[in-house]
Amino acid sequence: MSPPPPAPDVAPAWALRSRGLHRHLGQDEGRVHVLKGVSFEAERGQVYAIVGPSGCGKSTLLYLLGLLDRPDDGEIEINGRRMSNHDDAARTAARGEHIGFVFQFHFLMLEFSALENVMMPMRKLGRLPPAAMRERAHALLDSVGLGAKTHRLGTQLSGGEQQRVAIARALANQPAILLADEPTGNLDVRNSNLVFDLLTRLAKDNGQAVVLVTHNPEIAQRCDVTRPMRDGLFV
Amino acid sequence: MTSPNLRIAYRFLTAKKRAMVMSLSCTVLGVGLFIVTQATTSGFERFFTKTILGINGAIRIEDKIQDTMRSMAAAGGGDSHFARRDGVKYIEGIEEPQALMAAVREFANVRGVSAVVRGNVQLQSAFKAEDAQVFGIRLEDHLRVSDLAEQVTNGSLEDFRNSPSGALVGRVLADRLQLAVGDSLLISARGASRRVQVAAIYETGYREVDKTNVYLHQPEARSLLKRPSGATFLQISLHDPTRAPQDAARLEQVLRHSVKAWQEREKTWLAVFRALRISTMITVSVFTLIASLAMFNTLAMIVLEKTKDIAILRSMGYERRDVTRIFLAQAGIVLAVGAVAGALLGAAVTWLVSQVPLPINGIFKTDRFIVTWDAAHYAGAVLTAVVMVMVASLIPARRAARLEPGDIVRGTAQ
Repeated sequence: MSPPPPAPDVAPAWALRSRGLHRHLGQDEGRVHVLKGVSFEAERGQVYAIVGPSGCGKSTLLYLLGLLDRPDDGEIEINGRRMSNHDDAARTAARGEHIGFVFQFHFLMLEFSALENVMMPMRKLGRLPPAAMRERAHALLDSVGLGAKTHRLGTQLSGGEQQRVAIARALANQPAILLADEPTGNLDVRNSNLVFDLLTRLAKDNGQAVVLVTHNPEIAQRCDVTRPMRDGLFV
Repeated sequence: MTSPNLRIAYRFLTAKKRAMVMSLSCTVLGVGLFIVTQATTSGFERFFTKTILGINGAIRIEDKIQDTMRSMAAAGGGDSHFARRDGVKYIEGIEEPQALMAAVREFANVRGVSAVVRGNVQLQSAFKAEDAQVFGIRLEDHLRVSDLAEQVTNGSLEDFRNSPSGALVGRVLADRLQLAVGDSLLISARGASRRVQVAAIYETGYREVDKTNVYLHQPEARSLLKRPSGATFLQISLHDPTRAPQDAARLEQVLRHSVKAWQEREKTWLAVFRALRISTMITVSVFTLIASLAMFNTLAMIVLEKTKDIAILRSMGYERRDVTRIFLAQAGIVLAVGAVAGALLGAAVTWLVSQVPLPINGIFKTDRFIVTWDAAHYAGAVLTAVVMVMVASLIPARRAARLEPGDIVRGTAQ
């Protein structure tokens, strides 16, 4: 594992920065050039919407920015540290510490309660003692309106409630960056608004950069910055 | 449980009850079957070994070896001759048993040695006549090389010890001649007859022995068989009977007498037991293989079902090695619970088998199925389970760790 370079003394204004990202998907004849040199920057306390038609590369970009995938070319900086060339262990550590994810399909671990789901990233990071982890998880679930359902299993929660737990979980380690892939895509209008408001309010309160991919123009309009994409490039 | 990986492994496992039951069943049955087969297979073999060691000792020394030499005149005339070993010739019996016994006792592994005079006789009771073999022994010596003291079923060894004309008669022979303790019988050999009294009846369980062997005090036997000196064979017991072949070879080399270890003497029966052991081993191996495949399949299915969870864990900062550990921990939990439950099952079934009535009287005597209780069987079973579970879980666990979170999320989201 190559050690990540030391963090700069002064935190940069950009929580996330990428330059010239290229990514191909598929193999042989099915190989598609999905991202064609995309550059993107996200500032703390700002909410960004990446919009565009299906297949334009929005989600692929989001997974690259979240270090879940590797670019074929280009650079990614998280909190001023260049991460795109690091090995899996360093990228995983950076994910755990600096990035929170919210996925379209909630992605809760259904065998665990809401409280345990929220505590899971904290347990891995191990920054807090167990009692403090539990306290923080309770506070986060309170803040997303699920303080009374902390011990319910994922299967015992509605879609909107599961997504709110996912938001609480994404915020568990106080990440600098919150990435959300269609966070409201599977929810009705009421729950969509609720989830979006939660995301933006909590992120603003904590000074986090929020990047969300969405097809919903109303949601996109309410973001600080909207970046439309087409054919693997921002337009 | 403090480790997050262990906590996740436990929850994954208990959430998939069918998969958990399947994996556990494989381990429990594997461990249990291993223990039961070992206990039952080695039970009969050990009992047979104990029986024959209790009758004939670990080593027998018979017949003196004499090299046969051929002498030829050297070419070129003159008085020169050369000799060449041409083979070996056996001179029946032991000429100087006391000297030989003294030499045998020098060997560290030797526990006891007994000189025996043997001869064919005819027995005549009030009802019937039977052919038999007389064994003239010095009781104290022979008790050190046999289980005669434990084999007496009627009468007492003390009566035999105190009665110079007393006889120890085998159970089958006593039944045939309708003899009881205290009865007298006539023993005839080489034209002479002698009346002795049944001091005790013994039973080794080895039918051929119980049917033919009569023990007399050595002076009485010498007188009857007209053999005032020497012995037919020396019977030797060892502290470690498993070393008998090596000790026999060394004794033969040093004493220049024909020496046979019990493993050679009983090689036919031992070969039967070995075949039985191999057959059992094949059965256990096939079952272990099937159980491993079933377990592999189950764990591989869990990995397939958990790809989404793997992506979640990886997105939250869990490393590849955490994922490997989670799936190996699942196997570890199955192994720990399965090994304990399997050992308990094995012990319970072994006990039940030991209660099964099974009268055998031929090469040993038993009324029930014989089993062996040996900690080594349990250790072997657990070791086999460790190998089985680890082999079955390693590939799925490594496969789980290799999954790319981006690929999973992309695949699930589409």
